[in-house]
Amino acid sequence: MIAMRGVHKAFGANRVLQGVDLEVGKGTSMVIIGGSGTGKSVALKCILGLIRPDAGRILVDGKDAGSGDRDAFLARFGMLFQGGALFDSLPVWQNVSFRLLRGSLKRPLEEARAVAVDKLRRVGLKAEVADLFPAELSGGMQKRVGLARAIAAEPEIIFFDEPTSGLDPIMSGVINDLIREIVVEMGATAMTITHDMRSVRAIADNVALLHGGIIKWTGPVAEMDDSGDPYLDQFIHGRADGPIEAVR
Amino acid sequence: MNPLVPLERLGRAVLLALAAIGRITRFALGAASHILRPPFYPREFGHALMNVGWLSLPVVGLTAIFTGGALALQIYAGGARFNAEAVVPQIVAIGMVRELGPVLVGLMIAARVTSSIAAEIATMKVTEQIDALVTLSTHPMKYLVAPRVFAALIVVPLLVGIGDIIGIAGGYGVGVQNLGFNAAAYLKNTVDFLEPLDVISSLVKGAVFGVIAALMGCYYGMNSGRGAQGVGRATKGSVEAAAVMILAANFVLTGVFFSV
Repeated sequence: MIAMRGVHKAFGANRVLQGVDLEVGKGTSMVIIGGSGTGKSVALKCILGLIRPDAGRILVDGKDAGSGDRDAFLARFGMLFQGGALFDSLPVWQNVSFRLLRGSLKRPLEEARAVAVDKLRRVGLKAEVADLFPAELSGGMQKRVGLARAIAAEPEIIFFDEPTSGLDPIMSGVINDLIREIVVEMGATAMTITHDMRSVRAIADNVALLHGGIIKWTGPVAEMDDSGDPYLDQFIHGRADGPIEAVR
Repeated sequence: MNPLVPLERLGRAVLLALAAIGRITRFALGAASHILRPPFYPREFGHALMNVGWLSLPVVGLTAIFTGGALALQIYAGGARFNAEAVVPQIVAIGMVRELGPVLVGLMIAARVTSSIAAEIATMKVTEQIDALVTLSTHPMKYLVAPRVFAALIVVPLLVGIGDIIGIAGGYGVGVQNLGFNAAAYLKNTVDFLEPLDVISSLVKGAVFGVIAALMGCYYGMNSGRGAQGVGRATKGSVEAAAVMILAANFVLTGVFFSV
């Protein structure tokens, strides 16, 4: 469903992506792992068109991601950002229903609010949270609201950028379980980027290791521990020694 | 030292300046096109009107009243050197309406509104809120920039008009209370001396300065660097650019309206 073919992206002299090839099947959950600064977020942003790749092709359902109706293209996606990226000036329910309050998916105010409250409930938040502002929420609650916003318009494809960063282990577990449940329940295609190996095991059907600007290894999560790939082994066991240079 | 080095430096500086002018012009044209084309965001526009207009009234009013009062004192003291104290009402009126009103309101808007727009948008950029807008099928230029620039275009001339009146009132207060002018004569001299072109130039300057102030806030916010330092630089740069551009635009507009 999503295919990246030879995608390159450089920022000045820093060549972040150097020919990324990756396929994500419809209805599957792909988790991209890799060290900090290896271009995981850049890869996701290239698919969404937030960053324009220097070379290569990105196909969604066989069609070039950069062509066609942009609004219709983006309407298929939901995204949970690393820091939540909630709009400070809007109450929680308007954050969740943002897409339903304007544009092609616009619905009446009451209906949009009802959807927001329903999605908040789906991610384990009470209806009272709807009228709070993002600054009044804890980090975990902000992640949940971000998750509710990502699923509010029932997207076919959901991206999760570091969904558990900054959360305690218990809250991380809760978010991982929520993501897994929601993705399965909605039948959505999911792409997640994370360093958190607990998240990988909880969320992934397939895993891809991004290192040195290319996908070093990709395969089912069940094969990850016996891959025999030295890069993947080093990463999943968190070893300082190995082919991945650790800066000390 | 190679004699061409200074020339090379000069050339590089000119090229950088031209590139910056090009980027800002492109940004301004983009903002104008988004103001004219739907979808429109009336709620955002309403918020911008409140922020740029209503909430700026206190600072504009205080700036104008003190400036008008000080101007009256200066003109009286200066005029006394050649027995021209009587021109206080006329010079206060013309000084406030043609120059000080629009320029001071413009600079106050640059200080208050440009900085707040730049800091807000830059923070949104740093915290990925602008990326989030895009993924939610909302164009940031349309949602963030167009309402603010349009609101400034409409409301800053009003602020300038109010500033002009309050400034003249400041001069009137000082003239009547401290300098012994007759109240009715002061008002008559003020009204008789002002011409429609004075008021039109004041309002046009207000519109231009408002657009500059909002555009610079948006431009620097949208192009901010990362982290707190990026937000700080964007805020500082936006106010500097807006203030300099307002003063330069004032010079040009004064030439356009009043060159002999």
